Amino acid sequence: MKQRLQKLVRTWGPLLAIALVAVVLLVVAPAVLSPFRLNNLGKYICWAIAGVGIGLAWGRGGMLVMGQGVFFGLGGYAMAMHLKLEAAMATGGPDAVPDFMVLYGDGTMPGWWEPFRSGAFTLFAIIAVPAVVAAILGYAIFKRRVKGAYFAILTQALAVAFATLLIATIKQTGGFNGLNQFTLFFGYNLYDPVNKKMIYSIASVVLVVCLVIVWQLYRSRFGELLVATRDAEERVRFLGHDPANIKLVAFVVAAVMASIGGALFTPITGIISPSDVDATASIFLIAGVALGGRALLLGPALGAIAVGFGQTTLSERFPDQWTYFLGLLFIVVILCFPSGLGNAWSQLTSRFRKAEVA
Amino acid sequence: MIRDDYLEIRGLTVDFDGFKAIDGVDLTLLQGQLHFLIGPNGAGKTTLVDAVTGLVAGTGLARYRHQDLLRMRSHRIVRAGIGRTFQTASVFEGLSVLQNLDIAGGIHRSAWGMVRARRGTPSYVEEALETIGLGALRDKPAGVLAHGQKQWLEIGMLLVQDARVMLLDEPVAGMSAEERESTGDLLRRIGNERTIVVIEHDMDFVRNYADVVTVMHAGKVLAEGSVAEIQANARVQEVYLGRTADSEVDHA
Repeated sequence: MKQRLQKLVRTWGPLLAIALVAVVLLVVAPAVLSPFRLNNLGKYICWAIAGVGIGLAWGRGGMLVMGQGVFFGLGGYAMAMHLKLEAAMATGGPDAVPDFMVLYGDGTMPGWWEPFRSGAFTLFAIIAVPAVVAAILGYAIFKRRVKGAYFAILTQALAVAFATLLIATIKQTGGFNGLNQFTLFFGYNLYDPVNKKMIYSIASVVLVVCLVIVWQLYRSRFGELLVATRDAEERVRFLGHDPANIKLVAFVVAAVMASIGGALFTPITGIISPSDVDATASIFLIAGVALGGRALLLGPALGAIAVGFGQTTLSERFPDQWTYFLGLLFIVVILCFPSGLGNAWSQLTSRFRKAEVA
Repeated sequence: MIRDDYLEIRGLTVDFDGFKAIDGVDLTLLQGQLHFLIGPNGAGKTTLVDAVTGLVAGTGLARYRHQDLLRMRSHRIVRAGIGRTFQTASVFEGLSVLQNLDIAGGIHRSAWGMVRARRGTPSYVEEALETIGLGALRDKPAGVLAHGQKQWLEIGMLLVQDARVMLLDEPVAGMSAEERESTGDLLRRIGNERTIVVIEHDMDFVRNYADVVTVMHAGKVLAEGSVAEIQANARVQEVYLGRTADSEVDHA
């Protein structure tokens, strides 16, 4: 009887927890938060979506992905390009080009912007582009057996290069300013609070869906194999698997999740700029995941939301010093609870038990 | 049962920057025989297994079912039906005995099967569990198993993997007398349908279970035959009893 109960809890407990998150985000938060705070929460949720992917790649797969900003940016900019075109077309007709191209350039639009006039293509690109980029990158990296710190530095360098490229191409991507001043979101007026609330709800639902996806991945045989690859890559090779392929799947899923997070970030904040996708932003994503507990189901998402909330609260009170608080918190957590706050209780109790034995 | 499966090694050479760890080895390993590989430290036994399983690069030929293993990558070789164990048991300590066996069956599953959660125990996992005699410990984490039990678990994983050729690197090292006996019996049971190669130092174990013994020395095959033939071989006696110091190159 007790065993059956344990089994039930093991299987359905995580789903129950996800359901609880869903209720809090979709029912409680809209009821108690002001539209401004709700929109802020929506921004944190976008980071949380990227964080769920990082939890899969880093927590379970052992790949310290320090450049998720790149994929966050691919999705964010794809969405921003569409919104920019939508805004332009609403006032200037079907051939209109975004305002900044007239401002900084000669008013002609690069050909690769053209397909983003279509909403359907944009949605497709938000998923396909990061998937293809991550697959090519991952293939090159994992087949060469690059791992550990080298992998982390490589992905970090990518984020730096990506942001530099964006800043350098002001006529095509808006450069340092990024893309902003959107008016419509797939036909819905972005200045209408009801529509803002709708986009928040979409982000919440996407986060819940991502959580359910990784819940299934974690309990699947693939999830076991991914953890086995993290812990003993060579041994997995002698089970007849190429560890590169296993890691590749996790890396691609993480990239797509980051991209979707970025795509929702754009309409919620009303801007995407290089500083949202560069190395610092990437580390910021990692920090949330580390704080929450990278190998846990809910740890990465809740950690990302907490760090986002902390950033806003602290920066309102201490505009100049808030990063020090965040840094301090990060150091304390890493020192005391290396596998995240979500694991704090079990780490404390296991330490207590060890002390008892000694 | 038709015993026509074999692994053929011809002129295998492994060169570590000019030092020939394996120097032109010819070996034919037949199905249904317990084939033992013995020799002093540094003779090249483990290197031979490493070369056949893609861990180190070798030249020559290692043919199994019309495939040259020397040109294949490790995970492909495993998929071709060649399995191996390591001197130090390398089971997944955090996973249970059952999970360890189950994870070894991954190469026979579809992508869809990988995305689903495990439900119940597949029959081949159940059979392997039965064969290696760890049924009572199925839900225990592999990390708490005794040394001998870990080696059996590794052999069980090879069974689930459906390895037709098993290359076992010192499976009874550190085992008690009873454990050795159970291991020997286990190898006899599963060896009938498979090609099993055992690297071993323990001469009692070799004497009790070997069908064929190959003696290696300084990267070459010194002698091959039944236990009695090997024991009567003058050159083997010389290597084992009056070893010269210059042939002692330990690469392990």
